[in-house]
Amino acid sequence: MKGWMTRFKAVMALTVMALILSGCGEPFLSTLQPRGEGAAMLLELIILSTVIMLFVFVVVMAIYIYVVIKFRQKEGQEDFIPKQTEGSHALETLWTVIPIILLLILAVPTVQYTFTFADVNNPEVSQEGEELDQIWIDVTGKQYWWHFEYEGLDITTSQEIYIPTDRRVYLSMISDDVIHSFWVPSIQGKMDVNPTGNRNEMWLQADEEGVYWGKCAELCGPSHSLMDFKVIAVSPGEFEEWVEDMQGVTGEEEPETTTAQAGQETFEENCLSCHAVGSSPNKVGPNLTNFADRDKLAGVFDMTEENLFEWIDTKGEEMKPGNLMVDAPYDLNEEEINQVIEYLMTLSPSEVTPESADNGVYIDSDLSDLFPEEEEEDAEESEEDEETDENDEE
Amino acid sequence: MSTTAEKKAGFGSVLWDYLTTVDHKKIAILYLVAGLFFFILGGLQAMLIRIQLIAPDNEFISAQFYNEVLTMHGTTMIFLAAMPLIFALMNAVLPLQIGARDVAFPFINSLGFWLFFFGGIFLNISWFAGGAPDVGWTAYAPLSLFSESHGVDYYSIGLQITGFGTLMGGINFIVTVVNMRAPGMTYMRMPLFTWTSFIASVLILFAFPALTVGLFLLTFDRLFGGNFFDPEMGGNVIIWEHLFWIFGHPEVYILILPAFGVFSEIIPTFSKKRLFGYSSMVFATILIAFLGFMVWAHHMFTVGLGPIANSIFAVATMAIAVPTGIKIFNWLFTMWGGSIRLTSPMVMALGFIPTFTIGGMTGVMLASAAADFQYHDTYFVVAHFHYVIVGGTVLGIFAGIIYWWPKMFGTMLNEKLNHWFFWLFFIGFHLTFFFQHFLGLMGMPRRYWKFLPDQGLDLFNLISTIGAFGMAIGTIIFLINVVMTQMKGEKVSGDPWDARTLEWAIPSPPPFYNFKQEPLVRGLDALWVEKMQGNGKIQPAEPLGDIHMPNRSFVPFVISLGLFIAGFGVMYQGAMWILAAIGFGTTAGAMLYRSVKDDIGYHVHKEELEEEGDGSNG
Amino acid sequence: MAEDVLKSGNLPENPERATLEGRNKFMGFWFFLGGETVLFASLFGTYLALRNSSVDGPTGEEIFGLGLVFLMTVILLTSSLTSVYAMYHMKNNDFKKMQLWLGITVLLGFAFLGLEIYEFVHYVNDYGFGFTTSAFSTAFYSLVGFHGAHVAFGLVWIISLMIRNHKRGLNLYNAPKFYIASLYWHFIDVVWVFIFTVVYLMGKVG
Repeated sequence: MKGWMTRFKAVMALTVMALILSGCGEPFLSTLQPRGEGAAMLLELIILSTVIMLFVFVVVMAIYIYVVIKFRQKEGQEDFIPKQTEGSHALETLWTVIPIILLLILAVPTVQYTFTFADVNNPEVSQEGEELDQIWIDVTGKQYWWHFEYEGLDITTSQEIYIPTDRRVYLSMISDDVIHSFWVPSIQGKMDVNPTGNRNEMWLQADEEGVYWGKCAELCGPSHSLMDFKVIAVSPGEFEEWVEDMQGVTGEEEPETTTAQAGQETFEENCLSCHAVGSSPNKVGPNLTNFADRDKLAGVFDMTEENLFEWIDTKGEEMKPGNLMVDAPYDLNEEEINQVIEYLMTLSPSEVTPESADNGVYIDSDLSDLFPEEEEEDAEESEEDEETDENDEE
Repeated sequence: MSTTAEKKAGFGSVLWDYLTTVDHKKIAILYLVAGLFFFILGGLQAMLIRIQLIAPDNEFISAQFYNEVLTMHGTTMIFLAAMPLIFALMNAVLPLQIGARDVAFPFINSLGFWLFFFGGIFLNISWFAGGAPDVGWTAYAPLSLFSESHGVDYYSIGLQITGFGTLMGGINFIVTVVNMRAPGMTYMRMPLFTWTSFIASVLILFAFPALTVGLFLLTFDRLFGGNFFDPEMGGNVIIWEHLFWIFGHPEVYILILPAFGVFSEIIPTFSKKRLFGYSSMVFATILIAFLGFMVWAHHMFTVGLGPIANSIFAVATMAIAVPTGIKIFNWLFTMWGGSIRLTSPMVMALGFIPTFTIGGMTGVMLASAAADFQYHDTYFVVAHFHYVIVGGTVLGIFAGIIYWWPKMFGTMLNEKLNHWFFWLFFIGFHLTFFFQHFLGLMGMPRRYWKFLPDQGLDLFNLISTIGAFGMAIGTIIFLINVVMTQMKGEKVSGDPWDARTLEWAIPSPPPFYNFKQEPLVRGLDALWVEKMQGNGKIQPAEPLGDIHMPNRSFVPFVISLGLFIAGFGVMYQGAMWILAAIGFGTTAGAMLYRSVKDDIGYHVHKEELEEEGDGSNG
Repeated sequence: MAEDVLKSGNLPENPERATLEGRNKFMGFWFFLGGETVLFASLFGTYLALRNSSVDGPTGEEIFGLGLVFLMTVILLTSSLTSVYAMYHMKNNDFKKMQLWLGITVLLGFAFLGLEIYEFVHYVNDYGFGFTTSAFSTAFYSLVGFHGAHVAFGLVWIISLMIRNHKRGLNLYNAPKFYIASLYWHFIDVVWVFIFTVVYLMGKVG
């Protein structure tokens, strides 16, 4: 297996160069600039198949050019009748057997990789030989946004997921309406998100910190092209900090300014039936726990107050055609909208934001604090539950 | 279209002639005109798509309208342009190539056309009735159930009607080939175009019923409260994908095999050599068709069928590359040692070979299931299937139209304009689609209304749009050429290309009974055999006698019209049920009339035949 | 001459395949049945995928009564046999007996159709098992209903052939028509055998 792989390496290097020269898009989006294990493996396969196919193409074109130049009808020889060859067994065998061999070369790694990508049950092992805790995220696709729940961590978020760079993160995906497809080109291939009971599972792994663009890759309605999301890969330590900060949010926190407080009140009256702040199973609309930290508004727009105002005012009707918020019954005046915006902009529970992916800071952690031993976990959870209950009563 | 006799006859009678014709040559012209009309329509939709994507964040057309345009572009091009144009060639050429006086079922042939035509019109009425379908030509459930306008109903009912027509056409050609071959025309002497059309017809027969069922399920779910695709009620949305692709993948071969056949006629003719490896070409065609039914799930690698299914379908798909490769090399070696004339059909064949090779290469790349996780539903796929369908099927269709134009109309398209058409179309095509491979790899999914700025996608999208204009201008030149040629109406001989097969042995256009006497076929490339060994004329297999011909009929038109009317009733329901009653009543009445009324045809008498020429191409 | 095909009497051994038109019809219809096979295969596939998706509605096990279905099976199989008799008499150029056996075939067909309608009404009224009850019910009615529609069409077809030709007898023009109608009837019968097995037996036994 590895033997012929290395033999292809030199040729591959050349091809990679050629591809880079031809312009291969942006590192946060392009499959040609992989920033994760999955995309890197897939690029290897893409290059292998390209090389094989280019070989075939060169052979075909060589014969083609020779034939077209050599065997054109010569002037004065219009009556020339060429020999009417029936065929040639030797040649025909040759161009049957060689393609079969070439295809086998491609088929073997194809099958191997197909199985690797489907494997979500083998826990990874760290360099010290310890089993790494698996992070599972429940993904729900909705027209036209994404909902994420971190299993066992009691965190809910939407549009942007944070992942640590030291391990694979596992996704379990389902759709609430039509079929979507979850694709982060620069770190992993795509997988459909189906509405029919069967959850699709896949893994993500980013080698480098960064904000990676995700796309919906299955036509899902008018705003299909605007259903972008982000994968924010941060160092394990930062991830741990982010998780703890997110876990701390209850949604009851009172903002500092009075306008924001008024905004919060308006928000609670008009928005909470669909949106949630803090961990919540409510996924009618996007969870807004760390809204102010978002890289983009609604996945694609710059995070400016003007955009946000337009969104709340028009319910995104023009911005994301066909989005379901247009059915929301609220009716806010300009002042109320501005108050809500001010409140929303306070929803920044963590120091760890998309900028943390680009700041070059690397904090190490094995994340074991997030995954305490089973018994402890249960005990802690029940304590926490009691605490939140008390808070609620207050 | 316009022979002098018809010009004298007046518009009304020409119209009636075409409405009631059962002559395969006239039905071919109907298919050609309708197919070109829809081709232009689909082309205009393509231009809207490319203009929308000329720049990032463009607002040229709305998201909803964009989805309608992209859906109708795909649906129109596949079902209403490529299929009928292929049927046009099959009708025009296939009976002549096997020495038949008509197809096996002239009546059904006409019915097939009118069903296709009314289905196509039905589908396009959606534009004026609240919006076209907006869910992609694949119409994946449950998006197709979520779509609020009646567009998807127009899609399902329109395609249902069209599909019946296609199915009938398919059966007709199968039986024609099996039963109607002239004496001496054994299977292994049939021209390759006949072979590939025959195999494509077999594919139609076994593939289209899956679509029929899929469309029924969709119609039941949307209009009659069915639960096939409703997860809440236990339905399963993946069923649609399976049914659609069990039809959809063979459909690809239905489109490409006849194009292969066209090139397998053109290349030997203009190389003055018999087709290299004829029997392996036939074998490869059959193998492609057979494998074509085993690979549908390669459209569904990302659905989550599991690694075992994905691997099996990946390897099966790769296997198709082998017979396809055999074909490419056989074409190359047909030219090897030949005497190549660069006429426009030949130049198109020469343009086809590298283009289709690239399409095939990306096809193998896509077959690699894991790598497909990156390609799937991106512009890489868009580029791939346009390389195959435009670079293969559309080039094949136009090469075929130009090549057989003299046989169909007795006139010759202007060669200079043909070359202009080809080069503009060809260069435009590569500009449009070559860079889309990279767009896909650079992270641009297909069916995107907008792409965003600063994602490195601007330049290639711009180039792509520029290329599309090249294709559009090329097509316009072709149409101008058609009009000019027919205005001039300069007649050519029956064998203007110095060709090899049987259809060139009779006058252009052929008399309505095709062959005055049944021809005797003495080998592969029947006419060439006579040119080399005889006097250049096909020997008759029978003495001159009466010729039995079918009667013309208006019934096919009425049957199709009935279904067309009924479609509205089924869709709008309520008070409109009356339309369904009228429509189905019309259809049933027409069918009963057909069944009850004897139709045994008529005879062209020997004496009349003797007055005309000798029936050869001279 | 063309009119010859309308003369009855003195027919060759296989009148349905004696003319080119007849051979074309004969072969074309076989191919058509090939397409029909794919159609039913697709419906069977859909049904198998959804046979356990009854959600809150009744399951097949709860509602199917094998007795009635068995009776229907016997009736349809018998009708297939009687249509064979009809074709036997066609080949012997005995028009009257052919009409008689076709008549019996039609009666059996009506009996089958009547029982099927009774069955459906029974499911709807006594079990609340309608077309829209669940994915299973939709798939069930689609598959079995498609077959029922084929039976109904076959009946109309055979009856109109019998009425159209009852005065003039058998000739080379209508013999292929009778023949392919009986071919169609056999096909319907074969499909029913599969429905009986896949839908009812497997639905009842598991």
